[in-house]
Amino acid sequence: MSFVLREVSVRHASAARADLGHALNAVTLTIEQGEQIALIGPSGAGKTTLLHTLACAHPPTSGEFSVFDTQPWTLQHAARHVLRARLFLAPQTPPLPPRQRVVTAVLAGCLPQWGFWKSIASLIKPRNPDIAYDALARFDLQDKLYSRVDRLSGGERQRCGMARLLVSRADAFLVDEPLSALDPTLSRQTLHTLQEEAATRNATLVCSLHQVELALEYFPRIVGLRDGRVVFDAPRAEVTEAMIAALYRNAKQDDPIALNSSATEPVEAHFA
Amino acid sequence: MRSRAAHPDPAWRGRITATAIALILLWPMLVASEFKPWILFDAQSLNATWNFLAAFFPPAHSSEFLALMLEATWQTIAIATAGLTLALLGAIPLTLLATESLSISRLESGRMRIAGAFVRQCARWLLVVLRSVPELVWALLLVRIVGLGPTAGVLAIALTYSGMLGKVYAEILESSEAHASEALLQNGSSRLAALFYGALPAAGSELVSYTTYRWECAIRGSVVMGFVGAGGIGQRMDESMKMLAGAEVSTMLIIFVLLVAGADLVSTFLRKRLG
Repeated sequence: MSFVLREVSVRHASAARADLGHALNAVTLTIEQGEQIALIGPSGAGKTTLLHTLACAHPPTSGEFSVFDTQPWTLQHAARHVLRARLFLAPQTPPLPPRQRVVTAVLAGCLPQWGFWKSIASLIKPRNPDIAYDALARFDLQDKLYSRVDRLSGGERQRCGMARLLVSRADAFLVDEPLSALDPTLSRQTLHTLQEEAATRNATLVCSLHQVELALEYFPRIVGLRDGRVVFDAPRAEVTEAMIAALYRNAKQDDPIALNSSATEPVEAHFA
Repeated sequence: MRSRAAHPDPAWRGRITATAIALILLWPMLVASEFKPWILFDAQSLNATWNFLAAFFPPAHSSEFLALMLEATWQTIAIATAGLTLALLGAIPLTLLATESLSISRLESGRMRIAGAFVRQCARWLLVVLRSVPELVWALLLVRIVGLGPTAGVLAIALTYSGMLGKVYAEILESSEAHASEALLQNGSSRLAALFYGALPAAGSELVSYTTYRWECAIRGSVVMGFVGAGGIGQRMDESMKMLAGAEVSTMLIIFVLLVAGADLVSTFLRKRLG
């Protein structure tokens, strides 16, 4: 069992948003090892918060939560950090320092496995650049291996962040909108690579998406989130047009709080 | 006029009060510091100044003196560099302890654990103690312990500057973009790995430019410490001043300007390489 959530609620980390209540509200979800799930829903629905909760980034305020059959928040600090090495969270904006070289940024995915001296040595002379090359090649970026990150376009950076995911040894990929800077062709290629990799190593893939058609086309199971609640959780064959329409209906235009929360989405991505 | 009455600036009163308080506090400070600039312009001091300044031109340039200067300059640079290197050895571990942004517990809950917060506070206090004693005072103390000579200067710079570097490094790291290092911590990297792969590349050029600026300050500081017997160009300057040898002093001042300009070039070069 990869993830089990029972009635999990999560509060926004910043006090300023306390008045908004819970970012996740009594979410119950069971994810088997190796499952591939798309998270969809309007902006501010809690997709990012859910991914961060799965990644053990911050503790739920109530409910039961377990990852790989252990409860991370009952563990000691250090043990929980070891558990995090088995989860790979790819944030929406690729977390690559602009002045770093691509090879170093990609190999940073190996850091949890490397000891201190190995990490330092790799800064001076990259340790097995081959695996970085192979990972980049799966996104057609192999000739950027020794370029600096700030020479890459937005879409290239996003795929470079995915290449870091490929070199990690994680058992679960938690990917937050991997397609936001990609054109339709690259979007398909990226989703395909992610799913292929997850399938070969039997890793769980949870991916939040704004492209509903792609979610329905590629993912066998769809979870719809709205206002921090699971609206539906169904195999793709059972997801109807009406369910999608209801999920996105009106984007809550006459609700000032909801508008506010979609406006502050980058803040949410930042704290978590 | 009507709009002014209708929309009074709420900050106006506060500004007036702050200015008034600043003036009231500044006046006793001027009195206490015996600030009397007109003394500069009475006939006697003008005469003394003029005699000293007139000797500045031409600067001393006998080859014997220049060779002496070269050696003293080299010693000054060596004191500054050795002192700063030792300071870095002290500052880097203290920075790691004092930086909040690399705290895993803060990432989880927005707060640090009590033990972690305590260690951080201790590191901060140590940094305060180190830098609150000026290098000149350290030098005076150390000259008594290790005797006259450059060793006292090197140790004095190492002590004060490790406090300054540690504090500012921690602040630079905390104010720079934390996204990269947070993501690394999030995915299970150790704190040191997150520092080297996330935080340093994000803040590298600021750290380098602050370090070279501190190196420049260390050169000036080692000159001042020369006056209390810590070697280098400052000690020579002390002797020349006491003998009222204006020509020698002016050569030394020119050397100072060249040294600072040189430090500036080094800083620009390094920033370009990293930028």
